[in-house]
Amino acid sequence: MSENVFEVFRQERRGQPFEHAGSVVAPDADFAEAWAREQYGRRGESVALWLVPREAIRDVEDWADEFDLKYRRVDGYSIKARLKEARERADTARAG
Amino acid sequence: MNEQTLLELADDELILGWRESEWTGIAPMLEEDVAFSSIAQNEIGHARAAYQLLVGEDGDADALAFDRKLEEYRCAPLVELRLMDWAHTIARRWLYETADEIRIAALKDDPDAGGLAAKIDREEAYHRMHAEMWNTRLKDEPRYRKAVADLWPYALGLLSPELRPTLIARVGLPEVDAIERGSHTGELAELWDEMTMVRRSAPAGSQW
Repeated sequence: MSENVFEVFRQERRGQPFEHAGSVVAPDADFAEAWAREQYGRRGESVALWLVPREAIRDVEDWADEFDLKYRRVDGYSIKARLKEARERADTARAG
Repeated sequence: MNEQTLLELADDELILGWRESEWTGIAPMLEEDVAFSSIAQNEIGHARAAYQLLVGEDGDADALAFDRKLEEYRCAPLVELRLMDWAHTIARRWLYETADEIRIAALKDDPDAGGLAAKIDREEAYHRMHAEMWNTRLKDEPRYRKAVADLWPYALGLLSPELRPTLIARVGLPEVDAIERGSHTGELAELWDEMTMVRRSAPAGSQW
């Protein structure tokens, strides 16, 4: 049988986000469904599954960061120093 | 309640579950191995529920399942056949599920067994989905067609005569002489020996 990889996402409880659970190798979507039901649902660990053919996934993993853009990132700030300052101001205000 | 029918169903599910468990670890695909083993386990679960219904709430389902003599088992020869090739294994799975649906539907109006039948059927729906999927995929393969033809007389023997025309219409094969329940294949003796060994060797009064 020709083989395709289906990525399986499962939802643990209604309303929660789907999370990647693993994958199944199957000849078509029907086989993928039957096998995913058994592998990712037979213990009642999922209320819903999403099956996505791997080739439908667009892969993004290269990021240009040629200029120093760290001010856009959380690690670009020294939160610690700012927090300290803010606390001191608050203390002063309360004392006054 | 038709106790005989329920006992036949329970014995079929127990023995088939046992036989299909023999594929665990050696099925042709990893994914199918997991699915097939899970289905086998479900069948044994159905057998357990049916035995419990037969012996009553406080009765000992294990005793009914394992403490009978070989000739007292009522399973059909179809489920006794051992380690066939994959084509025959899938052919049996599909024929069994197709016949099982008909017999469970006939049990649904039973005042005592109807509730259990409905419960079993909700799980069998997924077994049928699995079996249909394989049947659709393999139905034009000569090896699979031969396997279905080989097992057809056995499949008819699963059902009581009045239910057989429904199976014939669904499967689309001509009516032939059924291989009936009541006598066992030599393969069951070996399985019975293995399946009942622990209970037979335990001292009387052992608690599990």
